[in-house]
Amino acid sequence: MKVEEYQERKLEIEGWPVHLTSYRIGEVFHCTADNVSPGAALARTSGATREEAENKAIERATERLGRTRRHPV
Amino acid sequence: MADYAHPEALASTEWVAQHAQDPHVRVVEVDVDTTEYSKGHVPGAVAWNWTTQLSDTVRRDILSKHQFENLMSEAGISNATTVVLYGDNNNWFAAWALWQMKMYGHKDVRLMNGGRKKWLAEGRDVSTGVPSVAHATYTASGPDNALRAFLDQVRAAVDGGHTGLVDVRSPAEFTGEILAPPGLPETCQRGGHIPGARSIPWGKACNDDGTFKSYDELKALYGGEGIDGSKPVIAYCRIGERSSHTWFVLSELLGYNHVRNYDGSWTEWGNLVGAPVERGAAQTAKA
Repeated sequence: MKVEEYQERKLEIEGWPVHLTSYRIGEVFHCTADNVSPGAALARTSGATREEAENKAIERATERLGRTRRHPV
Repeated sequence: MADYAHPEALASTEWVAQHAQDPHVRVVEVDVDTTEYSKGHVPGAVAWNWTTQLSDTVRRDILSKHQFENLMSEAGISNATTVVLYGDNNNWFAAWALWQMKMYGHKDVRLMNGGRKKWLAEGRDVSTGVPSVAHATYTASGPDNALRAFLDQVRAAVDGGHTGLVDVRSPAEFTGEILAPPGLPETCQRGGHIPGARSIPWGKACNDDGTFKSYDELKALYGGEGIDGSKPVIAYCRIGERSSHTWFVLSELLGYNHVRNYDGSWTEWGNLVGAPVERGAAQTAKA
């Protein structure tokens, strides 16, 4: 099998920059959402379409980023 | 890759595509998220789980020599095998595995430049099958603790000022604004950084496609913060994997001597009672 339809894009969730990567292997689309800095994965999802995989990733990333506390410096 | 101090420490995706199934080559995927491998991996590659196979599962430590030898043996790796490591997040835990392999004296171990990201982006072949490998005989040396920093050595670096400290976490972790990467669990009691550390996030060493920047770009990046190979260096992050990545850059690509990875990192320092902590931007002058 080959990796197909590889795409990357950036968006903002809960005030944090997020990087979405999606691609298809066989019949399944995979998506990873990571926080741009430092680049740690927030969600890894799969779906029958890119939209389904991305929406799941965005939902999980939103939930996780919403819990992030900012401390006064 | 020719300009790097040790270009042999890197393998291109093209080289891996051509050699992954050579009998003297073993490709190993090491991911932050250990389920990535099952979605599709370099054909012929085996996987290591960093939480259970690249760390002691009882005490907080790297593998013992015996555990390391077993891991190599079970992966079909002999002392003469060329090992190519790659993984997600631009090779974070692949670099962690490489650092341990260097500590235990493996001669020919490389990172796939660009990691899993580049392999996927190039639309290369992937497999979901798990290869069966015959066990090999492996005898480790070391561990070479000159590659590793322990707490006392970090304390001495803070007190002495003769060792460069490189904090490779994100700027917001460095200042203390957040206690963990956004969205991840907080694992420390205090935010900030080790006094005297310079903030050089690991990702600055990489291009957008996940490959490493050129020798000249890397030299300028670290040299601009006083990390130029003229004195010992200790790199740290939160748990030691991102700093393994920077350890690789400094020791293998730039060829600096006396580079240590502080794998205790901020989860150790940021939980210590009485440890000095700096918050906000770096306070000390460039070395």
